[in-house]
Amino acid sequence: MIPEPTRRPAAQMPGGEAGRPDPDAAATSLAGATPLLTLAGVAKSFPGVRALNGVGLALHAGQVTALIGENGAGKSTLVKILTGIYQPDAGEIRIAGQPVVLSSAHKAFEQGITAIHQETVLFDDLSVAENIFLGHAPRTRFGLIDWKTMRDNAQEVLTTMRAGHIDAGARLKDLGIANKHLVAVARAMSIDAQIVILDEPTAALSTKEIEELFLLIEFLKSDGKAVLFISHKFDEIYRIADRYTVFRDGEMVGEGLLAGTPQGEIVKMMVGRAVDHIFPQRDASIGEAVLSVSNLSHPTEFEDISFDLHRGEILGFYGLVGAGRSEVMQAIFGVTPTSGGAIRLEGMPMEPKSPADAIAAGIVYVPEERGKQGVVLGMPIFKNVSLPSLGRTSVSGVLRLKQEFDLARAFTERLDLRASSLSQDVGTLSGGNQQKVVIAKWLATDPKVIILDEPTKGIDIGSKAAVHRFMADLVAEGLSVIMVSSELPEILGMSDRVVVMREGRIAAVLDNRDLDAVTLVETAARISA
Amino acid sequence: MRGLFERRETWLAAAIVALVALVSTRFAGFAHPSNLVLVFNDTSLLIILALGQMAVILTRSIDLSMASNLCFTGMAVAMLNAAAPEVPVPLLILLALAIGLALGALNGLLVWKLGIPAIVVTLGTLTIYRGATFVLSGGAWVNADQMSPAFIGFQRAQILGLPVLSWTAVLVVALFLLMTRTALGRSIYAVGVNPTASVYAGIDVGRTKFIAFCISGLAAGLAGYLWISRYVIASVEVANGFELNIIAACVIGGISIAGGIGSVAGAVLGALFLGIIASALPVAGISPFWQMAISGGAIILAVLLNARGERRRGRIILKKAEAT
Repeated sequence: MIPEPTRRPAAQMPGGEAGRPDPDAAATSLAGATPLLTLAGVAKSFPGVRALNGVGLALHAGQVTALIGENGAGKSTLVKILTGIYQPDAGEIRIAGQPVVLSSAHKAFEQGITAIHQETVLFDDLSVAENIFLGHAPRTRFGLIDWKTMRDNAQEVLTTMRAGHIDAGARLKDLGIANKHLVAVARAMSIDAQIVILDEPTAALSTKEIEELFLLIEFLKSDGKAVLFISHKFDEIYRIADRYTVFRDGEMVGEGLLAGTPQGEIVKMMVGRAVDHIFPQRDASIGEAVLSVSNLSHPTEFEDISFDLHRGEILGFYGLVGAGRSEVMQAIFGVTPTSGGAIRLEGMPMEPKSPADAIAAGIVYVPEERGKQGVVLGMPIFKNVSLPSLGRTSVSGVLRLKQEFDLARAFTERLDLRASSLSQDVGTLSGGNQQKVVIAKWLATDPKVIILDEPTKGIDIGSKAAVHRFMADLVAEGLSVIMVSSELPEILGMSDRVVVMREGRIAAVLDNRDLDAVTLVETAARISA
Repeated sequence: MRGLFERRETWLAAAIVALVALVSTRFAGFAHPSNLVLVFNDTSLLIILALGQMAVILTRSIDLSMASNLCFTGMAVAMLNAAAPEVPVPLLILLALAIGLALGALNGLLVWKLGIPAIVVTLGTLTIYRGATFVLSGGAWVNADQMSPAFIGFQRAQILGLPVLSWTAVLVVALFLLMTRTALGRSIYAVGVNPTASVYAGIDVGRTKFIAFCISGLAAGLAGYLWISRYVIASVEVANGFELNIIAACVIGGISIAGGIGSVAGAVLGALFLGIIASALPVAGISPFWQMAISGGAIILAVLLNARGERRRGRIILKKAEAT
């Protein structure tokens, strides 16, 4: 069943400022005149990755447009282009019909574009009023900040948007996340921003706070703002948005009015992609359980996690960002402490207190944030590879370069690493080749279980294929692999079974034989199909 | 590998040779081998201390308490020697190493177990260790005539034309070179370059820092005995403010205060640079105030060069800006 889109009429907020376009007129021109903001042919590439490939987008005054797409579809890149953080390689941005260049975050702000992020970018130690008026504070005639006027104006803006309960003099850090969002919106209002981007604003909010946020969005609509709403949650999208735009792999694959568009159709647009490379064929010979996790819990991030990983198996972990997948893996690897549950490796109970314990037991983890957690940038390739294996590359305590090089060569060659020499600084390698270094480093420790967290995130197609091929080789040799991934083709193409996590719990364990993308997305996002 | 001419150490060595040449034009005897041996001997203490400091700085920490540690350790062995001249010097050296190690380990424990920033911990112990010296000695001095001939003479003995003090510095340099080739040495660098990735690689970051502080403590303890027996006076004022010279030697030698970058050769050359300035400028008739200004200028120049070098190496800085 597709939930009935519940859309309320635009709320009439009292106390709107004078001189604005008539909110009713703006809100009712649904199929409307000229969009307030249009993007055409916008492209952006990073080394090895094409993030946006000639996308278009239209935002209309007084309407909410939902931007929908999987992780990696290009949504964040688009937001960064709109807020002046990235410069597009090609394409055009028009505001009210006029071409504009958003050459810096400040320029974008001046053009009336403002973004509210998942983690609000504000200043915790400043007051609410200072946050609202930072950069455009009212001045006295001596050029000093006019504190009283600033505070009064801030309180007025807050009252206007029905957030009068927030004291303009309060420290921002004493506010909850929902109120911080309100302050961010107040900041947008204070410069008369016409385009408001909400980038997964509900991710960290409670149900009640989400309701408050939605009231605010209704207010923005009625005030004639053009709102871009980014969310993975379909009930929210249908609840608040008027239009949708779907991105997939850096391209715009559909747009239109939400009313009358069934959800299944949008999910299909999101996932129905041409398979961009062939996943390796493998004949699964799956053995006994190697890693058994039972009732593993964490005070805040996840609870009651139980699953078995078998010999020769690739177990996929799918879920929305924030579902707790990485946190579970970090607990198994000894980085994050747990509050209960048990882990057994080959039948033996284990309690990893540190990564060193996990590595010694035979569990290794290729973390998601390659640059921060994976490679030691500034060190050459061979030193990165040997780092967890230093005991084996030294003779009576002294490291032997030859042993280190041999070790590094053996494992990087298997992964088809492209580098001029093993002494090359890993910082000079492409993302894909850096990932190969990280994987080589872990294989050199001779593990039993290898956990790969978003193993192909942000790497080029060629390296992706190499990593996938290699995973197939590993399980054929009897290793067991856990693959956390947000990429559907990868999950569907590589996994034997898929654990779907939702809000810190296991929502389902699905056999990949009769699995399709739509089921997977709907399980992860709690949609009754 | 970077080419020889791209290495900072090469340029620093060249600067030192140029400095020696420049001083020689005004004072012909300066470049004579016998004088250079003297200069090296004078710099030995700074070399030992700078190497100890390097181990700490590489792990993104700093040890401000080294000079106070040296002062306390030196006072302790000097008082023991004055009270019991029959205790053999090797035993006193072992004792100095043990006291230095204990004081360094205390710094390390506070950083590791309580998670207090190293600069705060050692700013505290800088005062505490010097205060403890006062408590230990009651403010009294130990003078040359209270020290045994063996105590004073040990470091002055000549072996193959070099005094024992110089040989000690050579030995310490060799030990550090060896250490950079051990798993511990590699961990010290890795922790400094990327602590997060080091945790994921199974390295205990806190423990590694602790060991680095133990190393700097050992260096300070060893230098404690050598300093007192060289200048033959032990007082609360010994090596007061010298921690800044130690850090300056490291910085000039290209050891990055941000951790993870630096070499044994760099620390030695940095110490030699300061040592040569200290001994050359007086003979060239330049006031000691100029000496301070030149040391200061060299520090800023070295930091500038390091910053440029690091910018070229890492495109990471830009990526960080993008990630916001």
